[in-house]
Amino acid sequence: MSRTLDDSLTAGTPAGRAGALLQVENLSAEYVLERGNILAVDQVSFDVAAGEFVGIVGESGCGKSTLLFGIARLLAPPAHVSGGSVRFQGANLVGLTDKQLSLVRWRNMSVVMQSAMNALNPVTSIGAQFSDAIRAHGVSSKEEIAQRSAEVLRMVGIDPLHLKSYPHQLSGGMRQRSMIAMAMLFTPDLVIMDEPTSALDVVAQRSLMVQVKELQQQLGFAVIFVTHDISLVRHFTDRLMVMYAGQIAEFGPTGQVFESPLHPYSVGLLEAFPSIHGPKVPLTGIPGSPPDLGNLPEGCRFAPRCPQVMDRCLTTEIPLYRVGGVQVRCLLQEDGEVVSD
Amino acid sequence: MTDQQTAPQYEVLTDAPLLQTSKLTRHFRIGGGLFSRKTLHAVDDVSLTIGSREIVALAGESGSGKSTVARLLARIYAPTSGEIHFEGKRLSDIKGRADVLRYRSDVPMVFQDPFASINPVFRVSHGIMRSLKLHRPDLSKQEQLAEAQRAFEVVGLTPADEVLHRYPHELSGGQRQRVGFAQALSMRPKLILADEPVSMLDVSIRIGLLNLMARLRDEQGVSILYITHDIASARYVADRLVVMYAGQVAESGPMEDVLASPRHPYTQLLLSAVPDPRAELKVGAHTDHGEPPRVIDPTPGCRFRWRCPLAIDICHSVTPELSELAPGHHAACHVAQSGAEVKAF
Repeated sequence: MSRTLDDSLTAGTPAGRAGALLQVENLSAEYVLERGNILAVDQVSFDVAAGEFVGIVGESGCGKSTLLFGIARLLAPPAHVSGGSVRFQGANLVGLTDKQLSLVRWRNMSVVMQSAMNALNPVTSIGAQFSDAIRAHGVSSKEEIAQRSAEVLRMVGIDPLHLKSYPHQLSGGMRQRSMIAMAMLFTPDLVIMDEPTSALDVVAQRSLMVQVKELQQQLGFAVIFVTHDISLVRHFTDRLMVMYAGQIAEFGPTGQVFESPLHPYSVGLLEAFPSIHGPKVPLTGIPGSPPDLGNLPEGCRFAPRCPQVMDRCLTTEIPLYRVGGVQVRCLLQEDGEVVSD
Repeated sequence: MTDQQTAPQYEVLTDAPLLQTSKLTRHFRIGGGLFSRKTLHAVDDVSLTIGSREIVALAGESGSGKSTVARLLARIYAPTSGEIHFEGKRLSDIKGRADVLRYRSDVPMVFQDPFASINPVFRVSHGIMRSLKLHRPDLSKQEQLAEAQRAFEVVGLTPADEVLHRYPHELSGGQRQRVGFAQALSMRPKLILADEPVSMLDVSIRIGLLNLMARLRDEQGVSILYITHDIASARYVADRLVVMYAGQVAESGPMEDVLASPRHPYTQLLLSAVPDPRAELKVGAHTDHGEPPRVIDPTPGCRFRWRCPLAIDICHSVTPELSELAPGHHAACHVAQSGAEVKAF
């Protein structure tokens, strides 16, 4: 944590890292409400290796953003982390104070929010916001700040002239890219992205995804990328987690999840996409909607919408099974080894 | 009734399509100040037709003017110039309150955000009953209720009498958007203007609504203008595709024809960027960041020329007109019109 700006510029090479960068263990997060507590994230465990690109998909209300905010320790009341640990570079983030967290944020881990429109301050220039983040980490040389700000902006393909621009003078795509540039200021080891492209149209979206992937390969940081659009992550992520009702439904190498999805929910998600290629086929989507997290069905949480539901699904709590390289929470895969209850 | 009394005033085109716009234009003055005379060309010279029992997809990026077109058709905005004909009648001739109400019930709109478009403090029956009271005063209260129930059943909100008594917060996003379609449907419309009706919904629910739109066309004979930036969903339901760029129509034609052989470089860019897990990722066009076009006081010339790898001299001085390159398939591109093969992205 005592690195200077220059150190952190060179520390971003993949060779310098090994093993799990982030270990999330049995992380639970709940919302404390008058009508009772709602468990939005229910004992989620996973690792992210250095330089890895992990995607998390699921419908709205499945807990994916809460999980992300829990990891980044950004949950605000009524939400809070109610159990488990988040080990990042050896330290358990769940136990850190705000002061300790502020050392890690931006420098080792940064977060790119869904809507850059709201995440950027509308009344100061982009450059001023960059310099705020840099100065917060003890760099005060004006030249150094200006140089680094221009550098990261150039990395995302924006003319450094725009350091003088205010957010409203930039297009949606440029705003989102300058958020990503800001996340790169200290070349962090982990960048957490919450639906960064959902406000953009397809052309800007594809451009941004390619840019993130290029930067990630070039600088070697790990990415956790949350989206509701499963078609978007196919070509960019190494591993993919499908979340349903606060739990992992399926988690494995992206290619495997796409080519042979094991959980009926993953199958449904993948089949809900019309394509512009090939013959036109009628689709059905997934009937019904995700359960109310305050009033979960007994047994499998997906059972009420599942086309392959069996009697036992309605009564048994389903553990995660390991099948090949994939973890899946479904009784159809109960021949697999049990990962967790 | 009312339109028969006033009919002679209208310039009636025989065999007219359900809705037709000719050179439809809407400009906005922007910037304060007495001397600032900047004009934003939101929609310029848009000519499109919508037939009966037809779903037309209007696609384009944010800022391309597609929502402005919908608002012009819904009479929320008045056109700067150009004309809209509905069933052969000029829209600007529809003036009396009864006629305007009649048009609004013939051409209702469904909005993008199902969370903002329903009043949260009333039961969902409130909105639909209010519009029935306004648009179908000939029906008794009982008949209006029956009509509301019919509309709810058609869109799959069953049991209708129970759902009608719920509050919006008791419904999911997909169900709320169905309420929007039910309200439109209760007016027995001819054309529904649907402005990104599924873009805020989860993928699993999207398909249900797209299927609903196709069913409304097939079973109720309703036409739909489906505004979207999602070409894959447009292909799933629409018969024809109109691609807009910077306030103008870049290309239009039968859906499958346009997808199979897009003629305009912008259409090609748009199609190449559609995320498709089943297709290989095509990188190469990614140098295009999707920057919005310049539509404030645009100079003559093709508005896509700044982003177009094929731009030739004429593109910088002459605005290309939409012309027919194959039966029913139009594109506004100098290169395509010269007969050369267009392969930009």
